[in-house]
Amino acid sequence: MSLGTFKGGAHPYEGKVLSENCAIEELRFDGEYIFPLSQHIGAPAKACVQVGDTVLAGQVIAEAGGFISANVLSSVSGTVKAIEPRMQVSGFPVMSVVVESDGRFETVEGYGQKRDIDALSKDEIRDIVKAAGIVGIGGAGFPTAVKLMPKNDDAIDYFIANGSECEPYLTSDYRLMLEEGERIVGGVKICLGLFPNAKGIIAIEDNKPEAIKHMQELVKSEPRISVMQLKTKYPEGGERQLINAVTGRYINSSMLPADAGCIVHNVATLLAIYDAVAESKPLIEKTITVTGDAVATPKNVRVRLGSSYKKILDACGGLKTEANKFICGGPMMGQALYELDCPVTKPSSALCAFAHDEVAENPTTPCIRCGRCVAACPEHLVPPMLVKAANADDMEGFEKIGGMECMECGTCSYVCPARRPLTQTFKQARKKVAALRKIKAAEEKQRKEHEEAAKKEAEKKAEEMKKNETGKEVPSWR
Amino acid sequence: MALNEDKKLYHVSSSPHVRASVTTQKIMTDVIIAMLPATAFGVYRFGIGALIVVLATVAAAVISEYLYEYFMKRPITITDGSAVVTGMILALNMPPEIPVWMPMLGAVFAIIVVKQLYGGLGQNFMNPALAARCFLLISFSRAMTDFSASFPEGVDAVSGATPLAVLKAGGEASLSDLFFGNIAGTIGEVSVLMLLIGAAYLLIRGVISIRIPAVYIATVAVFMGLFGGRGFDLYYIACEICAGGLIFGAFFMATDYVTTPITPLGQILFGVFIGILTGVFRVFGASAEGVSYAIIIGNIVAPLIERATVPTPFGKGRYAEITKKLMHENTERGGK
Repeated sequence: MSLGTFKGGAHPYEGKVLSENCAIEELRFDGEYIFPLSQHIGAPAKACVQVGDTVLAGQVIAEAGGFISANVLSSVSGTVKAIEPRMQVSGFPVMSVVVESDGRFETVEGYGQKRDIDALSKDEIRDIVKAAGIVGIGGAGFPTAVKLMPKNDDAIDYFIANGSECEPYLTSDYRLMLEEGERIVGGVKICLGLFPNAKGIIAIEDNKPEAIKHMQELVKSEPRISVMQLKTKYPEGGERQLINAVTGRYINSSMLPADAGCIVHNVATLLAIYDAVAESKPLIEKTITVTGDAVATPKNVRVRLGSSYKKILDACGGLKTEANKFICGGPMMGQALYELDCPVTKPSSALCAFAHDEVAENPTTPCIRCGRCVAACPEHLVPPMLVKAANADDMEGFEKIGGMECMECGTCSYVCPARRPLTQTFKQARKKVAALRKIKAAEEKQRKEHEEAAKKEAEKKAEEMKKNETGKEVPSWR
Repeated sequence: MALNEDKKLYHVSSSPHVRASVTTQKIMTDVIIAMLPATAFGVYRFGIGALIVVLATVAAAVISEYLYEYFMKRPITITDGSAVVTGMILALNMPPEIPVWMPMLGAVFAIIVVKQLYGGLGQNFMNPALAARCFLLISFSRAMTDFSASFPEGVDAVSGATPLAVLKAGGEASLSDLFFGNIAGTIGEVSVLMLLIGAAYLLIRGVISIRIPAVYIATVAVFMGLFGGRGFDLYYIACEICAGGLIFGAFFMATDYVTTPITPLGQILFGVFIGILTGVFRVFGASAEGVSYAIIIGNIVAPLIERATVPTPFGKGRYAEITKKLMHENTERGGK
């Protein structure tokens, strides 16, 4: 069987051995749970509870603030203690609902009630997913319901379940496939019901043979679903690379996967879809990996959203050696933490604690133009040229040579022998270009409004003049 | 919102948080290792004098880099190994009996004029060792082209010609002598076998890609076949490839990171360009050699080639066409 893959990429140390054989453990804590109103891509949700209100697990505490947005649900029962900015993994405080747990984890009425999937209409399924607050929990945080609503359901011919888990050290998706495989397949089946022409493909990197075997066994009797092995390479699980590996199609930054007839969901998201649709369990918990060479006992744990990373780390035995770097997510795309007392959010996938900070230990040296970044870039970009443009503040040039196609996967920085902060430079430049685009759009809008107003004014004047002319009394001498 | 109680500050940085193990220093070390077989063979063939040339040139390169950086109050970078590589390449390009001060002067020129004055590592627009070689060729042409002492025993040294000159004059060269290094020439270029061992090491280690050397050598082969005057005589073409430092140039100098295009297509065009130039110099030039000049002219053109060969980003241009085609095929299949 040939392995699906893409051109470029790198092979960072996988590190999955630390936690891949640890069965998922459930962790529950007392005390505060923090629910940021913005833990997805799109508009922040709007809080719909007051300080002092009692809430139940599974209750909506903030409603989606727009089309691209998502509900936020309480994961515990208790009292709303505060609605105020709290520190996030991003390093910034974000407006959050703080719930003091009563320790009983009482759920809303109807929680866990089985539903007959076949009896549900497409719209009902989408509404359930939307109400359940599900977003892409593989890391992107894009509202799932929006992804399930392409322009044309019939035009989707591939539905891809992303089980590649190419990010080093992470094993939560792997454990979910082994332990919750049936429900993941159930999630795929629910989604295939929405897209009548789609083939369901569960894509898994070949460094997870157990998961491949298990999932193959589970889809044996499913004519529309198959398992595809992918070459183990970072970033095989990036949406664009994954679609390319599975279908041979290419999508760029201005396209949605649906434009190429594809929809991609992480296996953990599919599990959440199944739970919400088939079992009336909205998204209130999440499986994450706690790992790294500084963690006493690396584990895969199922925790309630809003739990503090600090408590989770303590529950994993704390640190066995001094840690210099904490990362929320994996080492390639994760966010470094300077404060551990941050809540688990929907896109969180891991907490890594490392004794060494490879970034600080590897000082930057001059670029020798070795071309490793060019060979490794999965988007076929030329990082040294982009850096030159970005450093010269030449945003037009940056865009022209494809800067906005960069997906910040970090492969170029990883392979660089001169340890240059390439990805970091591109992140900044891309933000700048996006901001400039916004400014330009606003100016354009303003200009148009001005023009329109002027036009209206002119029309009004012309009309008045006409009126005046017709209404004018004819001088008697004429 | 308080920071952690013990007030220990954790490291924060932008992702990615891990780095591959390869460093500039390791790459340079690999290049040095790859040149050792050829260097050892040069010393074996030409005696201790060759070793002195190599050591003195490397020392001159490293010391001049140190002194320049010391007096310019810049960080000292001699440990990255790039000055050693420059010195070594220059030394291997020297006739074995050259007065030692000449390559040392060349090394100073390479490091200070070509490399440091343009901004140091990664900023030079020409291969420093090659530029220095050309500088020496122009300044001391007699000493630089005198290979009489390097002739193997039993070979007529009076004619004073390298195999390439013999070939150009219409004579014959022995391919096995060329391959195993039983010829006159510079310290490092004589044994194709030793150079290929080093080249294989670089390829296996992933230090160089095969693109430039393969295209370069192939272009020279085709050019000599077309214009060499002897048609596609394989023996003749093989001699042309093995002679005149082409193998050394193709694998060790035309693959210099800093002065060659970084884009894949650019590397192919660069190989073709310097291949044609080498052929032109060999066939129509006054001297029989052309590798050094071809590569440094190529170095100057490299930025232009690079600009013209920016690859199509993933999903744009021809990739979008592929996607359209695939989707079309799929709808057709579905329709049947």
